[in-house]
Amino acid sequence: MSTQPIANQPLVPPRKPSRTNVAHRALTNQIVKGLAILATLIVLAPLAAILFYLVYKGARSLNLAFFTRVPAPVGEEGGGMANAIVGSGIILALASAMGIPIGIAAGVYLNEFGQGKFLGNAVRFTADVLNGVPSIVMGISIYSLIVMQQKHFSAFAGGVALGIMMIPTVTRTTEEMLATVPQAIREAALGLGVPKWRTALSVSLRTASPGIITGCMLAFARVAGETAPLLFTALGNQFWSVRLNQPIAALPLQIFVYAMSPYDEWHRLAWAGALVLITLIMVSVTLVRVYASRGVLKGGS
Amino acid sequence: MGVGIEVQDLNAWYGTNHTLQDINLHIPANHATALIGPSGCGKSTFVRCLNRMHETNPTARATGTVKMGEVDIYNDASPVEIRRRVGMVFQRPNPFPTMSIYDNVISGLKLNGFRNRRILDETVERSLKQAALWEEVKDDLKKKSGASLSGGQQQRMCIARALAVDPEVLLMDEPASALDPVSTSKIEDLIFQLKTQYTIVIVTHNMQQAARVAENTGFFLNGKLVEFDSTHKIFTNPRDKRTEDYITGRFG
Repeated sequence: MSTQPIANQPLVPPRKPSRTNVAHRALTNQIVKGLAILATLIVLAPLAAILFYLVYKGARSLNLAFFTRVPAPVGEEGGGMANAIVGSGIILALASAMGIPIGIAAGVYLNEFGQGKFLGNAVRFTADVLNGVPSIVMGISIYSLIVMQQKHFSAFAGGVALGIMMIPTVTRTTEEMLATVPQAIREAALGLGVPKWRTALSVSLRTASPGIITGCMLAFARVAGETAPLLFTALGNQFWSVRLNQPIAALPLQIFVYAMSPYDEWHRLAWAGALVLITLIMVSVTLVRVYASRGVLKGGS
Repeated sequence: MGVGIEVQDLNAWYGTNHTLQDINLHIPANHATALIGPSGCGKSTFVRCLNRMHETNPTARATGTVKMGEVDIYNDASPVEIRRRVGMVFQRPNPFPTMSIYDNVISGLKLNGFRNRRILDETVERSLKQAALWEEVKDDLKKKSGASLSGGQQQRMCIARALAVDPEVLLMDEPASALDPVSTSKIEDLIFQLKTQYTIVIVTHNMQQAARVAENTGFFLNGKLVEFDSTHKIFTNPRDKRTEDYITGRFG
């Protein structure tokens, strides 16, 4: 540098980044990145381990009969869980049909209409408490409210128990997702002379829908595996039944019964049932996501 | 066709904050009226009182009379009816992110339950042509999200959206302040054309902009309307010392 004429030198020489400083930053970057990857692996590990173990233990018992036959009586070989798969489907459909609309409506009220109002705070508090109610307590409550009154266990009672358990998750996610919708978008609709209720439903709710769908799926996946609330409500059934006012089989109940039994054959069936339950939850959540993302225009932020 | 606006003794509050004090003003039909003044002086609150957007804030209230043509907007009509007659364009473009360009433009009609396809198609084309955006988007109307356009295009789409419900008055709250100079000049050209059909009220921080587009200008300061006159008069020979100070850049 010193041999060059002074005139060619820039007035302020470009400051060289100090070598150690750069190395230090690069190292920090690597460490943080490594920690993030490690945390991701720790999160994924239990899921992978569970799935692997279920496949290892249960895959051998999966055959056509498992999906088409009802449980075999004690001492007989074979049998399947067709009634429990269909029963779980029915109970979850009932639960979703009750829990999701009520949950979303309450969430819309909380964020769009009930801000700072007494009723709004009461609903929010109730939802949080309801979220903390142990599932076995939910089972007993529905048992005394519905089963005792009707004097028999039923698919309907099971659906109500799970449906109520879905409400707080759906309500709070809906509220939080609506809170992320910019006020400017609501004002755009109101400024066009769109009534407030229509703005809430067609603009705010629609803008927040991807997050709300995720919340509904979380609630669905959570109650799909619930056993305790079904013990006192749906009860379980070793035979084929799709009637709403009769006891009905459900995968978690069937797994519970089989896993507690003294027979190896039933233990294997319980593993297979668990594998099917997890697979069905993953498939239904994926299907809803794919379906919900269809028709969404690309390029938006 | 636009209508004139007569404002008498308008006062507005946010909570206990008296943001507008005794505003009296006549905004003539089919002209552009600019409102200038330093930040926080009440210009935005004033335009929000003209379509009763003001009261969407739960702590806000307003007293006085605002007459739009023959209609007293605070006593003779609901906010929803008023907002259908008064279009509003906001400072930042606010497209509906889940909707296509077509649905954005037509949203005012669709969300109010209007379904006739032929009329909807015609309205989209007319509004986008009025907003000078038709040529740029006519091939992607239903394919692209409104949010995928550039900022300037989004703002013109928002103008088209406001025009689609066929308002009589168009309120513009700093419509070009988030845009680059090219987009700004497009919006200004647009205002020039639109004021033949609509009454336009435009809030702006840009005094050249006020001078370019508006026949009349009002100067707001600390919640009061200090001076209202023809734009030429305000910028060349203001009556009030404070107006002169602001125009010449001595404060604000």
